[in-house]
Amino acid sequence: MQETAQATQIGDLKPPVTSVGVIGWAKNNLFNGWFNSILTIVTLFFLWKIVPPLLQWAFFNSVWHTTGKACRGIDGACWSIIYTNFRFIIFGFFPYEQQWRPLLAMFLLFGLLFYSRDRNHWKKPLGYAWIVGLFTMGLLMKGGLFGLTSVESTQWGGLPLTLLLSVFGLTAAYPLGVILALGRQSKMHGVKWLCVLYIELIRGVPLISLLFMSAIIFPLFLPEGITINKILRAQVAIILFTASYIAEVVRGGLQGMSRGQYEAAESMGLNYYQTMRLVILPQALKIVIPPTVSILISAFKDTSLVVIIALWDLMKTTQSVLSNPEWMGFSREAYLFIAILYFLGCFSMSNYSRKLEKELSTED
Amino acid sequence: MNEELTKNAENRSSDEAMIEIIDMHKWFGDFHVLQGINLTVGKKERIVICGPSGSGKSTLIRCINRLEEHQRGRIVVDGIELTNNIKNIEKIRAEVGIVFQHFNLFPHLTIVENLTLGPIWVRKVPKAKAEEMAMYYLEKVHIAEQAKKYPGQLSGGQQQRVAIARSLCMNPKIMLFDEPTSALDPEMIKEVLDVMVELAQEGMTMIVISHEMGFAKSVAHKVLFMDFGQIVEGNTPEEFFENPQNERTKLFLSQVLH
Ligand SMILES: Nc1ncnc2c1ncn2[C@@H]1O[C@H](COP(=O)(O)OP(=O)(O)OP(=O)(O)O)[C@@H](O)[C@H]1O
Ligand SMILES: [Mg+2]
Repeated sequence: MQETAQATQIGDLKPPVTSVGVIGWAKNNLFNGWFNSILTIVTLFFLWKIVPPLLQWAFFNSVWHTTGKACRGIDGACWSIIYTNFRFIIFGFFPYEQQWRPLLAMFLLFGLLFYSRDRNHWKKPLGYAWIVGLFTMGLLMKGGLFGLTSVESTQWGGLPLTLLLSVFGLTAAYPLGVILALGRQSKMHGVKWLCVLYIELIRGVPLISLLFMSAIIFPLFLPEGITINKILRAQVAIILFTASYIAEVVRGGLQGMSRGQYEAAESMGLNYYQTMRLVILPQALKIVIPPTVSILISAFKDTSLVVIIALWDLMKTTQSVLSNPEWMGFSREAYLFIAILYFLGCFSMSNYSRKLEKELSTED
Repeated sequence: MNEELTKNAENRSSDEAMIEIIDMHKWFGDFHVLQGINLTVGKKERIVICGPSGSGKSTLIRCINRLEEHQRGRIVVDGIELTNNIKNIEKIRAEVGIVFQHFNLFPHLTIVENLTLGPIWVRKVPKAKAEEMAMYYLEKVHIAEQAKKYPGQLSGGQQQRVAIARSLCMNPKIMLFDEPTSALDPEMIKEVLDVMVELAQEGMTMIVISHEMGFAKSVAHKVLFMDFGQIVEGNTPEEFFENPQNERTKLFLSQVLH
């Protein structure tokens, strides 16, 4: 009450109408200056041109539960391709009646990932939970125990395979990359040059050729009768490849650390491992969160390259649906669908990294 | 434990050497940065070192806890000779605390965590005990109320006092200070010097690189002047400032005092 009385008394000081509310916001953010005004108008024009037809295509004119034939006549999206082939796209050749197993494994994985988001949960029990969880996931996928029928890994495919390759690829590549970065900084010349050699060699080769090597060349060197699982080989190739990039990013972070930090730790009597673990890495890794996440995101997307060595990941199962004559030609819908899945993965990673960065910030 | 220490202290003669440096040389590549240093620091003795920039002051005290390695001569700290023997280096580092010009606090840890890191990981002190100790030393440097903050949220003077407390948490017998106030704004210098004076009054053995004449006069037993890698002159503060012998000392003092 008092405030309003005062405000009317010195009415001159009330902000002008144009600087508050929707109009004020638009004026400050969209039309401040001629250049921004033009940008706003151009953007609005394109949105007007693009959004309504898109909505028309994706929703108003689309069909969801039809056969491929019925889709031919309409000019909307044919989501039936996803609806009808959903289980094949997601699970590939995993035996149809057993598909609850990979589904459960994925839920377990998402549950663990979600629970691990909170840094307060990063304690010993979480480690045990992961060990038990991983074992259970492996059991669910592989079977052969506790009355679960055994499923060969050649039958694994779709989303579970993509998740397997990326989650393990990324979680194994990260520590390996950190170790390589530390090795590259090492005072022991042997260790240092080994790490340099590794990083430069692997970085100098495209992932595709590493995958080819793992799939085709590597088995040639194995003694007769010994085979190593193809998924495992691809997994290793992805890990080795990603680690070399992470190593270089982490090295950048390590170089950003001042000598004073090492000296303070050293003069306190901390040994090398303590210094790294307690003082240097927490700071260096924090600095490089953004570039690290870029690498992890691109590694996640690059797992789709395993298509070329005939692993049936999400991309491959989708492509194979598209090669079915009934569904041929609906690649827009199919690729849009997996694009959304990939986007969800990438977006949650970058979102999480921003959250982590904010939490770890100690600046005022 | 503490009783034992005080008893030991009583048994020892007051002129017993805590630090003994004999004909010590150091090179950075071809650059002969320390050229035959001889220095004895007794128990509870307090030494201030001054000298022009680049004269090797920092290098000298950094050799004492092996942040730099000397190449000739001997350094003996509390009866332990500093050699390549890693055990000896560890022992000496346990007895020597160092405070740097730029504080070098760990920015990702809170003030308390900065103080307890060494005790917990090096001394294996239980966390609760280490925190208790940390609070004790934070009280001592008059900054206990900042315990939960991060270094980046403190002023320079406060950070330097935390750095001193961090060193004290390791229970050192000797404290080295490398220009502890030269990175500070003038109004913060006093709060840090006050803490150092209190430390001196409690009988800490100290080597301080500093150009703060007032501080040198009030606490130092001896002031040394270094130039071109040598200790050119050393004397009681009164003699040193009133009656310098060496030409280079005179020149330096005339520049610094104005
Ligand atoms: N790591 C190093 N490598 C090569 N030269 C060095 C190194 N550290 C110091 N120096 C050189 O040794 C000399 C002495 O350095 P020092 O830091 O001991 O001088 P200072 O007396 O402490 O000077 P200031 O008052 O500027 O701190 C300087 O010329 C410096 O350039
Ligand atoms: Mg110096």
